[in-house]
Amino acid sequence: MKNNVTDIRKDFPILSTQVNGKPLIYFDNGASAQKPQAVIDSITKYYSSMHANIHRGVHTLSQQATQAYEDAREAVKKYINAEHSEEIIITRGTTESINLVAHSFVKKGDEVIISGMEHHSNIVPWQLAEVNLKVVKVKDNGELDMEDFKSKLSKNTKLVAITHVSNTLGTINPVAEIIALAHALGVKVLLDGAQAVPHMKVDVQKLDCDFYAFSAHKMYGPTGIGILYGKKDLLNAMPPYQGGGDMIKHVTFEKTTYNDLPHKFEAGTPAISEGIALGAAVEYLNKIDWDWAAKHEEELLAYATEEIKKIEGVKVIGEAKHKAGVLSFVVEGAHHYDIGTLLDQMGIAIRTGHHCTEPLMHRFDISGTARASFAFYNTKEEVKIFIDALKRSLKMLR
Amino acid sequence: MTTINENEKEIIEDFALFSDWEDKYEYIISLGKELPLISDQYKNEDHLVRGCQSRVWLHAEKKGENIVFTADSDAIITKGLIALLVKVFSDQPAKEVAKTDLAFIDTIGLREHLSPNRSNGLVSMIQKMKNYAVAFSAK
Repeated sequence: MKNNVTDIRKDFPILSTQVNGKPLIYFDNGASAQKPQAVIDSITKYYSSMHANIHRGVHTLSQQATQAYEDAREAVKKYINAEHSEEIIITRGTTESINLVAHSFVKKGDEVIISGMEHHSNIVPWQLAEVNLKVVKVKDNGELDMEDFKSKLSKNTKLVAITHVSNTLGTINPVAEIIALAHALGVKVLLDGAQAVPHMKVDVQKLDCDFYAFSAHKMYGPTGIGILYGKKDLLNAMPPYQGGGDMIKHVTFEKTTYNDLPHKFEAGTPAISEGIALGAAVEYLNKIDWDWAAKHEEELLAYATEEIKKIEGVKVIGEAKHKAGVLSFVVEGAHHYDIGTLLDQMGIAIRTGHHCTEPLMHRFDISGTARASFAFYNTKEEVKIFIDALKRSLKMLR
Repeated sequence: MTTINENEKEIIEDFALFSDWEDKYEYIISLGKELPLISDQYKNEDHLVRGCQSRVWLHAEKKGENIVFTADSDAIITKGLIALLVKVFSDQPAKEVAKTDLAFIDTIGLREHLSPNRSNGLVSMIQKMKNYAVAFSAK
């Protein structure tokens, strides 16, 4: 099992590069994680030796590519412990996964509960679906207001769609409790797992969630591909999302019959190389000692939080008891854009802005934050350099 | 009265003196800190150039054949860059502003601030300056 950060860093070639003449310190993992060599190699290997379209060719290459692609689906199924491989719908990412559910599971006027800390991708699809949205309040410390949730949840609720981990605050929401409360009333639950999968092993059966959406690129895999996990009976009852090749059984001008799961929801030629590379990412993550990774990331976050609070005028946004990987902050007298620009000059990549959570920014009455987000390949030494660089930036700015 | 090209040249010469990024940014920040670049009455929604991260306010006025710009931003580095743009373009013939492509930003190594991805409102601001100039010279 991989549990040594020095060794793990060697698996990620980009981590030994320089940016603006300084060794790269990559603290923008919440936006997208870097890729291990195994993922990069799998893409090269696929295009060098096995590319062909899948699910239809009789020739050897097509069969090999199909096998590799379906092996990746199987790997994801095992990784998140889904019961059936047809419950793994391959999409373009978390955004498309949520749009799919918003299109095919709810209808206009249905009641859907989301929270005040959702990413725009878990707000706008519901608005497009013209559902009746109810928004659970966020407390000052960045935790979900569970009393407010309970007061909004009822038998009339069609779906609860809530983020597992907040991309802006780092809050790990009490999803087990949310699911139990919802299920007690027969209400289904979708979790936006985009920010959870990079930091922890997710077990969809143990969670008993009805839908789980996530992106490959945040879990050290390629961009442009993601997963919608859904319980088989729910997915079977849902109409297709997009029409095209692969998703049909028979087409005539009079009547078209749809393919079985998971293909019913996978119209057109998929992102084949990305799918196979996602399989490679999962294989890599299977080697990670997750107990070690969780502890390591927790230490980084605790250390960074402690040090940043010592700087005058810094306010941490999001101080939930349970957090994963994210340190969002604002500084008196310094705009987040300026902080990000100066840190970049010192080789440090952080994210600045509203993080696609504008309603949450309004909730805290801020225009944006600076956000450092960590992965298991980051080190305490990097955090130390980041803190020093931040102090240096603030000296210039204030 | 200096021309747009002369203004650009002056800035390029100023920046040539800086040997590292820190000096360069300290200068930009000092430009940003220097003066209020716009009258408060124009710092409103109507004059806002939207960027994803920093906000920019821009006002244009006609002065004979010339166009006079005032502007501001909530981020200090953006404001410093705006000061440079205002220095180059303001109080210049509207016709010239409309047809001149700015080269100095590239030369002084601040090109990345003008990439669409920066979302700081600068790209839109330059576009807006030119739009004003086109409109003013057509009158």
